[in-house]
Amino acid sequence: MNQQTTGGVTIKQKRGVLMETEVVQSQVNKTIKTKRSRFKTTLTAIRKDWQLYSLLVLPLIYLLIFKYGPMLGNVIAFRRYMPGGKMYGEQWVGLYYFEMFINDPVFWNVFKNTLILGGITLLFCFPMPIIFALLLNEIKSKKFKKFVQTASYLPHFLSIVIIAGMILQLTALNGSINAIVEFFTGEKISFIQSPDWFRTIYVTSEVWQGMGWGAILYLAALTTIDDSLYEAAKIDGANRWKQTWHITIPGILPTIVTLLILNIGSFLAIGFEKILLIYNPLTYETSDVISTYLYRVGLESNNFSYAAAIGLFESIIGLVLVLTANSISRKLTERSLW
Amino acid sequence: MKESKQYKIFKVFNVCILLIIIFCTLYPFINVVAQSFSSESYINSGQVNLFPKGFNVETYQKVLSDTMFWINYKNTVVYTVVGTIISMFLTTIFAYALSKRRLVGRRFLTVFAVFTMFFNGGLIPNYVLINALGFANTMWAIVIPGAISIYNMLIMKSFFENMPEELEEAAAIDGLNTYGILLKIVLPLSKAVIATMVLFYAVAYWNSWFSAFIYLDKKELFPVTIYLRNMIAGTTSGMSAGATSADNLTQISANIKSVTMVLTILPILTVYPFVQKYFVSGVMLGSIK
Repeated sequence: MNQQTTGGVTIKQKRGVLMETEVVQSQVNKTIKTKRSRFKTTLTAIRKDWQLYSLLVLPLIYLLIFKYGPMLGNVIAFRRYMPGGKMYGEQWVGLYYFEMFINDPVFWNVFKNTLILGGITLLFCFPMPIIFALLLNEIKSKKFKKFVQTASYLPHFLSIVIIAGMILQLTALNGSINAIVEFFTGEKISFIQSPDWFRTIYVTSEVWQGMGWGAILYLAALTTIDDSLYEAAKIDGANRWKQTWHITIPGILPTIVTLLILNIGSFLAIGFEKILLIYNPLTYETSDVISTYLYRVGLESNNFSYAAAIGLFESIIGLVLVLTANSISRKLTERSLW
Repeated sequence: MKESKQYKIFKVFNVCILLIIIFCTLYPFINVVAQSFSSESYINSGQVNLFPKGFNVETYQKVLSDTMFWINYKNTVVYTVVGTIISMFLTTIFAYALSKRRLVGRRFLTVFAVFTMFFNGGLIPNYVLINALGFANTMWAIVIPGAISIYNMLIMKSFFENMPEELEEAAAIDGLNTYGILLKIVLPLSKAVIATMVLFYAVAYWNSWFSAFIYLDKKELFPVTIYLRNMIAGTTSGMSAGATSADNLTQISANIKSVTMVLTILPILTVYPFVQKYFVSGVMLGSIK
């Protein structure tokens, strides 16, 4: 249909030039025909190969309901929603809930906390695996290397609940960290109740959890570096430090750049579940982030529409970050996610 | 080959640093195990660090005799098994279909799936949906919403894509249909990637707690992670967070918490040395994509 109207406009403009009108008309017919035949070939393909296409049915239903369904469900951010009422809310309220959070000082505090926490996490969690991989790379004993590596992955496999339990146990007044603190200062610190300590605790635990696992890709990249480069450098009299600086680091640079860009892309997606388990009202000042705030607003205070508006805002920023990071990555390293 | 003196010093230094790193990595585990065998009074006075003090196994007996612990532990096993089966089924058929070049609209469908990795509906719409579907307080709230991990699907897809096509063509000539080819030819050749995916999913289900936390409020349905969460929730003041049973569990002693943690980590710890290489290979596969 669309094709025909554009065809009509072209005809009008070129009135008097009969030949051209005919050409346009035949082109229009051709596009309709190819469209129809494309549809037909698809149908034939499906009919002939229906077993292959049948495999798609359940996964696509799953994606539509459980992934795209909630995306559409975000309309409740623009509508008044009553818990227990209609799934898509009661009436349109426009940008009411968005204005609400823009004028909400708590929101701006959690927004700031999210940026700071995301920033510090990136600053520490990104370089640590690289340093760890480089140190491990200098170990000649295969057994020791394997042992260190295997042990370093371990925290990655634990439930967040266990990790939170460990954090609370270690930072408790009678925990091991306070035993050391008391030994040196004679006093104990109630870490988990103190807003000043929250970021340190969070980032340390993130490093603890992710360092070994994050090193896997770097270690793999390190094995691909050509040994002859090192041999040549040795003959030129370069010491180990110079070799690292001029051969090893450039060798893993593409991996570093790619992972850095990916990390920047997902930098707002901080460990919501962990914070939910280790924060408390005493530390909200520094520990409350967008996702924990919207959790409380939505599921604890039943303010669904308001929380959905905050969530939508967060998702869109996240998407923009990922897309930007990805296009930068494509330009710089010719590697991208898709 | 001569090594400079500085490099020799560095090597010693390096081994020390790595040992310290490993000690710090393992310390929380050691501490939990030590506390689980210690008596409460020593823990409360802050004397239990590396080794148990006031050694006893009574705490283990206490936790193991709690029927709710067993019910919740059994739930975790059920959710893990059922969830992994559903996930593997959906992921495999999706990845296989998308790996075929002859599939019309393959590119579009892949983008359709990958887009959901970067933009999700968010907590609230998901919550509304699961409740509208009547999944609240059922196992389905745990095992269905996250059934397909697109990341895992992409790993499998690229594995299938790298399989020699001749095998499948030969099987087709022999009269096998698509289902037959997938079941009898492709899957037996994909044992490595299947093992990796099963582990990825199983660990994720074993460790999951948040969906159980927001969708379940019957104690008999809790996985063991929620049992544990409600215990540790007592330590941070004001963690009322919608937990129905947290309030009457606030005064849980530290050794009971430690025992529960040990018992929850134990299955992962026992299989870990044997399966960790599959995890590593999974990460590598994912990065090649």
